[in-house]
Amino acid sequence: MSKPDQSDLIPVAGNGLLHRRLFLRTGLGAGAAMLVAGRVGAEPQRPPWMRTPGTGMGESGAPSPFEDHVVRAPVGSQPGTTGAGVSRTPLQHLDGIITPSRLHFERHHSGIPEIDPDRHRLVIHGLVDRPLSFDAETLDRYPQVSRIQFLECSGNSGALTAPEPVDGNCASIHGLISASEWGGVPLGVLLEEAGLKPEGKWVVAAGADAAAMSRSVPLEKILDDAIVALYQNGERLRPSNGYPMRLFLPGWEGNASVKWLRTLKVTDAPAMAKDETSKYSDLDADGQARLFTFPMGVKSVITSPSPGLALAGPGVYQISGVAWSGRGRIRSVEVSADGGVSWAEAALDEHVLSRCLTRFRAAWQWDGGPATLLSRAVDETGAVQPTRASAMAGRAPESFYHYNGMQAWAVNPEGASRNVYV
Amino acid sequence: MFMYKRWMAPSLMVAALMMAAFGQAQAAESPGLGVPLSDSEVAAVDLVVMPDGRGLPAGSGDAHQGLDVYQRECRICHGDGGQGGPNDRLAGGIGSLATAQPVKTIGSYWPYATTVFDYVRRAMPYHLPGSLSTDEVYAVTAYLLAENGIIERDRVLDAETLPAVQMPNSGGFSWAWPED
Repeated sequence: MSKPDQSDLIPVAGNGLLHRRLFLRTGLGAGAAMLVAGRVGAEPQRPPWMRTPGTGMGESGAPSPFEDHVVRAPVGSQPGTTGAGVSRTPLQHLDGIITPSRLHFERHHSGIPEIDPDRHRLVIHGLVDRPLSFDAETLDRYPQVSRIQFLECSGNSGALTAPEPVDGNCASIHGLISASEWGGVPLGVLLEEAGLKPEGKWVVAAGADAAAMSRSVPLEKILDDAIVALYQNGERLRPSNGYPMRLFLPGWEGNASVKWLRTLKVTDAPAMAKDETSKYSDLDADGQARLFTFPMGVKSVITSPSPGLALAGPGVYQISGVAWSGRGRIRSVEVSADGGVSWAEAALDEHVLSRCLTRFRAAWQWDGGPATLLSRAVDETGAVQPTRASAMAGRAPESFYHYNGMQAWAVNPEGASRNVYV
Repeated sequence: MFMYKRWMAPSLMVAALMMAAFGQAQAAESPGLGVPLSDSEVAAVDLVVMPDGRGLPAGSGDAHQGLDVYQRECRICHGDGGQGGPNDRLAGGIGSLATAQPVKTIGSYWPYATTVFDYVRRAMPYHLPGSLSTDEVYAVTAYLLAENGIIERDRVLDAETLPAVQMPNSGGFSWAWPED
């Protein structure tokens, strides 16, 4: 790792933002290069774990015990229940774009069913020539695809619609998004086998959970890029993500990607299920509401620094975060250290994938004074992540779904960050 | 390998499916391993109720019968008369949506009465879903609509009368899909 030369440390935007070439040329963490102690002429030393063979192999891996704070928290469920709520991805402790499966967020409506795959069937029926059923073993024999894509609950970031800033962190505010490699069977293949009738326009998907959770999905999306997912990050889906099979709708609000998929009924209209009318609909201040807000809007959040991750003192830091859009790839991300007065373009990691998390990074020379960090993303359609004021315009009180306004973190002289509105 | 490559091309897949949608399905496109189902096998897993009433089963109930069901199965979470408890308020709030304190309930917000039946039959009561008889689901649906002042307490709901119920906020929604 080479040392940055002094020209790299000239700010390109207010309050210490440095040019992104600091990362592009020297690699990550150049500004805080690891110190490797080496006393010339001293006896070689061994830490305790180098003085005896380590533990043996195991059939399944686990994170270091020193990382046991990296968990899905906070967890919350409806009163009197343990399975009607959410657990959140700890974005502030993660890097890259893949969410480890054990840390993928959860939103369940009636707990996680324990499904014996030999006794589970997917039934395709309704406006088809031949109702058919498939089990997981059979689906594994079909042509499959895999893609690295995000899944986001439409309530994610909704805490920012509160009239006053909540005392939250990346997980509690934005932790209802995760990204995985999803593998499975293109749903169009199965519908074709069943024989679509011309009057079919929607598909009502329902799960094998205790709520038989159901959503109506336009047939157009089903034929475009929907899959029956069997795999997540290379292994079979976990029970908390729909084992043995789930619907996966790239870029669309997570609730519609029905887990534990049990039935797909082709219909001529939406069923107007509870979770597409009473919930997940967007109420405006004028009393009118919108149904079927499907693609998730372009959004980004700085994950480091962020609340809970205090800066050690003045110096050069990496600002890092994730950006995503339900309508395609991220085109660019800008960051600000002065509350949005000036902006610097962030570097994007190599993997800029459609409907996936994109990791961005910027270099920042913190002078120890107050700073307000913001990020804003632009997607390939040209859509720009809105300010909070813009994202709030026209919303009814407590209308919190599909919020994609910018997140501001205020850094105080002690190096701590908190959620603020600008 | 031939088939794998074929399915890697989305445009080809969509083209093939659009043909299928117009009744020109090519039998060779799929391994064809789906197991055909009889009508009764489909009926055993089909819970979909449409806003126009398609999918509603035979049976009936009214608000008087529904009160008993509600008190026994629902009140502990949703409060007396659906006014809310530990969990969602189900009644009242009609006319509040455009105010500074919108109250979203079945009566004030939900656009279709059939959704109540569909959801209760699927998911309620929370700790014992599927435990209510069809008549009980109709009855508790009638009770909730009556508590909201939408139907008379003597009104018997069944597959014919439930979809005919006009909800106060039925005109309160537009569709965000398809996008412009």
